[in-house]
Amino acid sequence: MTSTAYEIKLDIFEGPLDLLLYLIKKNEVDIYDIPIALITRQYIEYIDAMKTLNLDLAGEYLVLAATLTHIKSRMLLPVSEEEDEEEEDPREELVRQLLEYKAFKEAALGLDRMKILGRDVFGRDYAGDEFEGDAQTIGEIGIFELVEAFRRMSFDTGQKELMEIDIEKISLSDRINDIVDELEKKGECTFTDLLGESSNRRRLIYTFLAILELMKLRIVKAYQSVPYGTIRICLAGE
Amino acid sequence: MDNLKAVIETLIFVSDTPITEARIKVILQDIKEKEISSAIHSLIREYEERDGGIFLREIAGGYQFRTGETTAPWVQKLRGQKPGTLSPAAMETLAVVAYRQPVMKSEIEKVRGVDVSGSLRGLLEKNLVRMMGRKNVPGRPIIYGTTRKFLETFGLNTLSDLPTLREFKELEG
Repeated sequence: MTSTAYEIKLDIFEGPLDLLLYLIKKNEVDIYDIPIALITRQYIEYIDAMKTLNLDLAGEYLVLAATLTHIKSRMLLPVSEEEDEEEEDPREELVRQLLEYKAFKEAALGLDRMKILGRDVFGRDYAGDEFEGDAQTIGEIGIFELVEAFRRMSFDTGQKELMEIDIEKISLSDRINDIVDELEKKGECTFTDLLGESSNRRRLIYTFLAILELMKLRIVKAYQSVPYGTIRICLAGE
Repeated sequence: MDNLKAVIETLIFVSDTPITEARIKVILQDIKEKEISSAIHSLIREYEERDGGIFLREIAGGYQFRTGETTAPWVQKLRGQKPGTLSPAAMETLAVVAYRQPVMKSEIEKVRGVDVSGSLRGLLEKNLVRMMGRKNVPGRPIIYGTTRKFLETFGLNTLSDLPTLREFKELEG
C-alpha cells in the first residue's frame, strides 16, 4: 500500500480545486476539455485514500466530488437536438472556477517570490515585523508597559537577594500622597525618578502599587514615546 | 540649503517607517517640493550606482533604506532566527484579498474552494489584512482589504505595483 506516498501528496493540496488542478496536470489533459470520467474516478480515489488515512477530510472535498459526479452524469445524457437553445457544456462553470483559482494560485506564488521584508530584504530597524504605532508621538500607555518597566527597574537595583527584616514602616496611602506631592511640585516625573529614590524592594513595590492605584483612579497619567522608552507620569487634571 | 541632500538622507535614515515627501516638506518648510523630489531621486540614483549593501527604495508612498537582496543570509545569521513565512494557504488568501479588494470572506472562499477563516485570522493578526467596513447588503458582511504594512512587507509603492494577475485571458485563446 502506497499510503505514505498519498500522505505526502495530500498534505500539499490547498483544497479540492488544488487537487483537481494537480490531477489535470498529472494526466496531461486539456483544462478546457477535461475527461470528466477519468478525473472524477481519480479524484474519488484520492479522497478515499484520505479517509483511509483518517486525515481530517474537509467537507469541501466532498462537495467537489459531488459536483464532479453530477457533471459526469450530465455528460452521459444525450444532447437533445430539438432544443435550439445552446446547451452549455456542463463542465463550463467548473472550468471557469478552476482557471480563476489557478490565476490566484500563481499570484500567490508571485507574491512569495517578491522581496519580502524580514526575509529577503531588511530595513534599518529590525522590528520591521512588529507593528508599532507612530513612534514619534507620545502615546498614553497602559498597565503592561508599566509592569515591564517595573520588572526592568527591580532587576536594575542590583540588590542581593537577602532576607531582610524591614523596619521602615510605609503604607500605600503614604506613597500615594508622596507621589502626588512630588508631581504637584515638579509637574511631571519620569517613572524611573519615582522608583529611583526607593532604596529597598519594599519601597519599590509600594511605589509601583501607588502609581498603579493613581492610574486606576485617573489621578495620574502615564506616557511613553517609544516602546521601552522613558515613562513619564503627570497629574491627569492638567 | 547647501546640504539639502544630506538632510533628506538623514531624515530617511532615522525614520522607522517609509517617510513621505509631504512629511519631508513639512520639516523643510522653505524648500520647494521640486527641489526635495529631485534631491530624493538623485539620492536613489547614487545608491543604485554605488551598488553596495543598502538601497533607497520607494515603499508605500514614502522612502526607506533597505538592504539589497544578496545579503539576506548574513542578516539572518546576525538575527539568529529564521524569517517567519506565510503558509501557501495564507499566501493564497492574501493574493485574493490583494487583487480583489474590497472583498468579502465568502468571495475569497469561492475562489479558493475552502474555508478561509483560519488563514484570514492569521493575516489580520499579522496586520497584512484589515477590515475595511461592511458591505451594504443583507447580513452586512465584513469587507477586507490590505494594509499599509502589506505594501511595506512586499516592498510595493502602491497597489498598482502588484504584478498583473494572469486572469483567464486563456479562455479565448
